[in-house]
Amino acid sequence: MKKQAKFAVGISVIVVALACLAWLGYGESKTYYHTIAELESLKGAELSRRMRVGGTVAPGSIHHFTGRVDFVLEGEGKSLPVSYVGSDPLPDTFVDKSQALVEGRPTDGRFVAEVVQAKCASKYEAAPGGTVATSSAATK
Amino acid sequence: MDVFGSFALILAFICAVYAFGGGIAAIITRHPLLVKSTRQAGIATCCLIFIATFSLEYLFFTDNFSAAYVVSHSNRALATFYKIAALWAGQEGSLLFWSFLLSIYVFSVLIAYRNKNGELMPYVGVILAGVQIFFLTLNNFVASPFKALAVPGASGAMDLVTRADGNGLTPLLQYPEMVIHPPNLYSGYTGFTIPFAFALAALLARYPGEKWIHLTRKWTMIAWCFQTAGILLGAHWAYAVLGWGGYWGWDPVENASLLPWLTGTAFLHSVMMQEKRGMMKVWNVWLVFATFILCITGTFLTRSGIVSSVHAFAQSSIGSWFVGFLIVIFTVCLAAYLKNRDYLKSESQLDAIVSRESSFLFNNLILLVSCVAVLSGTLFPVLSEAVSGSKINVGAPFFNKVNVPIGLFLLFLTGVGPLLAWRRTSLESLKRNFAWPLIVGLVAGVVIFALGCREMYSLICFSLCFFVTTTIVMEFYRGAKVIRVRSNASYLTSAIELTMRNTRRYGGYIVHMGMVLVFVGLAGVAFNQNVQKEMQPGSSIELGKYKLVLQSYDSKPEANYTGLRLNVEVFVDNKPLMMLYPERRIFETNGETGTMVAIYSTLREDLYVVYAGQSPDTKLPVIHAYLNPLVKWIWFGGVIVVFGTLVALMPNRRAVLVLSGAQQPAPEPLVHGMTPSVTYRKGQD
Repeated sequence: MKKQAKFAVGISVIVVALACLAWLGYGESKTYYHTIAELESLKGAELSRRMRVGGTVAPGSIHHFTGRVDFVLEGEGKSLPVSYVGSDPLPDTFVDKSQALVEGRPTDGRFVAEVVQAKCASKYEAAPGGTVATSSAATK
Repeated sequence: MDVFGSFALILAFICAVYAFGGGIAAIITRHPLLVKSTRQAGIATCCLIFIATFSLEYLFFTDNFSAAYVVSHSNRALATFYKIAALWAGQEGSLLFWSFLLSIYVFSVLIAYRNKNGELMPYVGVILAGVQIFFLTLNNFVASPFKALAVPGASGAMDLVTRADGNGLTPLLQYPEMVIHPPNLYSGYTGFTIPFAFALAALLARYPGEKWIHLTRKWTMIAWCFQTAGILLGAHWAYAVLGWGGYWGWDPVENASLLPWLTGTAFLHSVMMQEKRGMMKVWNVWLVFATFILCITGTFLTRSGIVSSVHAFAQSSIGSWFVGFLIVIFTVCLAAYLKNRDYLKSESQLDAIVSRESSFLFNNLILLVSCVAVLSGTLFPVLSEAVSGSKINVGAPFFNKVNVPIGLFLLFLTGVGPLLAWRRTSLESLKRNFAWPLIVGLVAGVVIFALGCREMYSLICFSLCFFVTTTIVMEFYRGAKVIRVRSNASYLTSAIELTMRNTRRYGGYIVHMGMVLVFVGLAGVAFNQNVQKEMQPGSSIELGKYKLVLQSYDSKPEANYTGLRLNVEVFVDNKPLMMLYPERRIFETNGETGTMVAIYSTLREDLYVVYAGQSPDTKLPVIHAYLNPLVKWIWFGGVIVVFGTLVALMPNRRAVLVLSGAQQPAPEPLVHGMTPSVTYRKGQD
């Protein structure tokens, strides 16, 4: 049975080593996801964790300043003022009414975001000369 | 035309149901009329799906804005090129496109084997019909692409309307790769259905193991080739269009395409164990099942929205359909396995740790570990919410920490595996085969270290790339030398002849070589640099050996967008090199913007320049420039991988033994692994 043992050892070494790396990587990158409503109920240590929050960009709320972009995220009737302080340009899909996901930490009633991701919202039709109608066709 | 198309789709559904039900009856009764008619029904299903797909395309080409799907994804000004691609721009159309590509495979299989493998084909037909029924259900009843546009009318009923013009295609999709990436990737996903069908059919029919492996190998390689091309095209598209300077973000949709690729690669290697030594039968069957299940899981992840992604389609209830289908597939596979597993008994054992079997075993092990890691990481928000109530996301650090060492170990095995003998490798053989590659690898590592590279993983990667390249070159050299002895041709001609006599083996080496080049490209990531600056005409920024000077900027209206273009001149050593034109496009119909990156790509590095936007205070353009070393090697390597797969798919050229007069030919020296062939071998190995 010696060769079986050799294989078992080899396989275990590989699996254990990778599991350790996975654990380390998990620790480095884990980010909690919360809704805007949940943010109000967080306390203490939970508030200082890196987290992601999703919502819809309130129309007209995007303002560009030097070094930051402010906007308001809305979701489930609540709103959250956000400041984006990252150096990367904002994605092209980040416009009024788009669905956005921000990653960072809540600070003093605002949310300071280091990463912003945005996705095309469901389309509303407003063709030239026609009346507005809803369509359930998904985009992208 | 939309009525015609939807009618074709419902007819296809009916034919598929007959192919399935009648096919089961055909298996039980073995009545020749049933067998034949269900096969015809299967072929008819495919033809009807072709017709439905062409009908939808026809609606796009004729600007038919009474169809809801056409209105959402096209407009009059859209280039014809993109009207074709608009077919798969949304949920309904892309599901029809999936059915379309699957039908091409099913059609080919049913026609190719209509007079062969009579024991197996009825089962294959039933399984393929079953899969088609699922997608046709979605096409007909859940997400129909032929929905007519309607608004609520005065009387309360829905009134049909026709728009003057459509909404147009999302700007991010108006790029040439939109026309080629989804077809390639979907051809990969749908292609894995064929080996799955054969494996399950063989298990149910208790068909001889070697035969079904032999049959499915070609189809698996075709699907794998498309999947690889699809993944790399997607990466290239993200790189060239999105403007964040990278090509892989471990996004859930990207991961979804990688998962079946990992198990598919494992399967392509472990089948060799079954062919040569009758081992790993159970493992292979479950690998194929897993690959297919991961394909369905992949499209489920993309469409259901259960994990947030930049790619995902809008949230919909379609996810539950896929979950149901996955449960059905898994149940059927498990039942078939439990019923027939005694037919999968292994014929041999593993003999030694230093053997080719062992290298395949480790290859499979780490590919599977990678697959499990990527799957867990992708599904982590769902799993953590179920377990602890809070949604936790894991990002790139997790995926990279696990997959980089796996990739390096895989690279190592790529060099070592082919040179190990079956069963047991002797010490002399080890010394003979690995002396040169080890020396070259180590010397390369030392030289690269001396040149200033201190990134450990990149250093190991480069060393291994040299190591593996040497092993592959040596294999070609040794084989070509033998052929040269007889034919006196050049080394190149002999190498080509060598390849054509054993396309599977040497095509495989070409694929490995392509992967080595991809790894060289990936190793460059550790040396990426970037710089961002607000510029006015005449100002410059420096990055690496390049100096970028903004000469001017302008705004140019086009057919369906306005282009805001920067004219940037690139200098090297104060000598002008070229002009680059990074651009932002604003699309008329929906007001969305797109980024057109300007890339100057050499083998050494990519100079990647993005018009990042306007500075909020001064309104001056902001340029973000990246220096990405070695990226071109990835795309180049991908082309080699595809080429190698095509070579491996070709049938072997027969080796002809020529006797002249009474002269006996000297026996060919035994090249490692190659037995002298004096019998004619039929076609493919």
